[in-house]
Amino acid sequence: MTVTASPTATATTRDRRPPALGGFSTVVLGIEIRRVLRNRRTLLFILVMPAVFFLLFGLPQRGQTLDNGLPVTGWIMISLAVYAAMVATTSAGGAVATERALGWSRQLRLTPLHPAAYVATKIATAMVLGLLGVLVEFAVGAAAGVRLPAHVWLESGLTAWLGSLVFAALGLFVGYLAPAENVMQFMGPALAILAMLGGLFVPLALLPDVMQQIAKFTPVYGVGQLARAPLTGTGVDWAAVGNVAAWAAFFGLGAARLFRRDTTRV
Amino acid sequence: MTDTAPAVALAGLTKTFGPVTAVDELSLRINPGEVVAFLGPNGAGKTTTVDMLLGLARPDAGTVRLFGGTPADAVRLGRVAAVMQTGGLLKDLTVAETVRMTAHFYGHTRPATEVLERAGIAELADRPVGKCSGGQQQRLRFALALLPDPDLMVLDEPTTGMDVEGRRDFWQAIRADARSGRTVLFATHYLDEADAYADRIVLLRQGRIVADGTTAEIKNLAAGRVVRATLPGADQAALAALPGVRSVEVRGDAVLVHSEDSDVVARHLLTRTAARDLEITSRNLEDAFLALTATADATATADAGDRSPR
Repeated sequence: MTVTASPTATATTRDRRPPALGGFSTVVLGIEIRRVLRNRRTLLFILVMPAVFFLLFGLPQRGQTLDNGLPVTGWIMISLAVYAAMVATTSAGGAVATERALGWSRQLRLTPLHPAAYVATKIATAMVLGLLGVLVEFAVGAAAGVRLPAHVWLESGLTAWLGSLVFAALGLFVGYLAPAENVMQFMGPALAILAMLGGLFVPLALLPDVMQQIAKFTPVYGVGQLARAPLTGTGVDWAAVGNVAAWAAFFGLGAARLFRRDTTRV
Repeated sequence: MTDTAPAVALAGLTKTFGPVTAVDELSLRINPGEVVAFLGPNGAGKTTTVDMLLGLARPDAGTVRLFGGTPADAVRLGRVAAVMQTGGLLKDLTVAETVRMTAHFYGHTRPATEVLERAGIAELADRPVGKCSGGQQQRLRFALALLPDPDLMVLDEPTTGMDVEGRRDFWQAIRADARSGRTVLFATHYLDEADAYADRIVLLRQGRIVADGTTAEIKNLAAGRVVRATLPGADQAALAALPGVRSVEVRGDAVLVHSEDSDVVARHLLTRTAARDLEITSRNLEDAFLALTATADATATADAGDRSPR
């Protein structure tokens, strides 16, 4: 049928279009990042604590060297950079729990924002924070006298950062699983235990044999090994790669599944 | 085709939660430009209906069409926006940040400064949301809903929990907005709000529409007076047969007669019966509301008049 230009027709033919990229925007990302950086507790856990750990546990090892002559402080610094990045990305991903509890996710369903764009923003926020965690840890290390070949800084830094994507997925997974407003209250201690088993706080060789065997199957082990590989010069450890891939798949698919349940639950 | 479609078309909408039927085969048509109040007590099914209308809940049966399309289509194009009762705000953002962020979720919006202005919270732009009062937060929700310049604005009990002043300010903001042609649907359990702001009132009870008409028509249901007297063993049938009587209700020894002609009832009671303690009060909208929305078994009521108009 032909539509005549009634007043209603004019009213409804105004600029009506869905948002580009499903509503993903760098402005929103910027606000999200600023939001996290305003949270003092988050900053304490992702930036200050790992740096303080380095000063407490790294500095006393000054002067010690690994088998290849590189400093032990480098080993500790890289491990703690992995830790900082994983705490940062887990907490940023876990923020969806808070937003679900607050009813923000529900509010978003009344806007054209595509759920995938929402998750993309969360992941991007997590990765920016993760990068910040790595950079701060490295800056503290460098300021405290850690000297490493340039390729080690770069490769280890990138691996620690990109590996933390696994934990952004973990954060989202837990965020969509937990109804609680403050997921990080129980995730904090859990991450510390995982970091311990992943050999970020003490070398796994110092743990009992059984623990060492179990530890190799925990989610932090692979990322830690790979991030330190450029330093130790052990080359690519395929068991570690397998560990990262398996946990990335597990958390990623788990988060995706819960996310789909959350968005289709009408 | 969509341009001639009603703003809202609900057909046979039904939603049950376990044994409870929250919304019961509800059908409703709202034309573009109407300002409609969904009026009913708590548990009447207002929020459930609004949720289904917005696509937040899936009906067990029936259909929802907004401007001829699905709720999801209307949301995607920014044709519908809603102010929900509570929640839905991030406390650690400022008012301005919340508006700016939400604006980027749409393809096209009104300027942020304009919606803050219209919602009457321009001066609160830099305040953290968590430090805003309930009324201010509600006006922020309203500002967010104004962003896409929606053709349909849905408000679900927008003033619940606000003090009198907050309610007045909020409705002032809504009124000031009143863009011609915008369809507004609001749920409320405040009669005065429905009376003051709606052109049309849809009265809900137990998931069904019990009355639907202009504010004047609904008020008309409240016409007449109530004659109350103490009269043990009142003859309900005789009272109901009097001219102008709409309903007769017996509460213990008391009898309440709702009538368009209270004089006739009073004269009858005082001259033909042993009635004493006679009182005559005028019925207001509140009484009509209570009468129409009270559950059927709450009081022993003998209906003389037609209580379900149209």
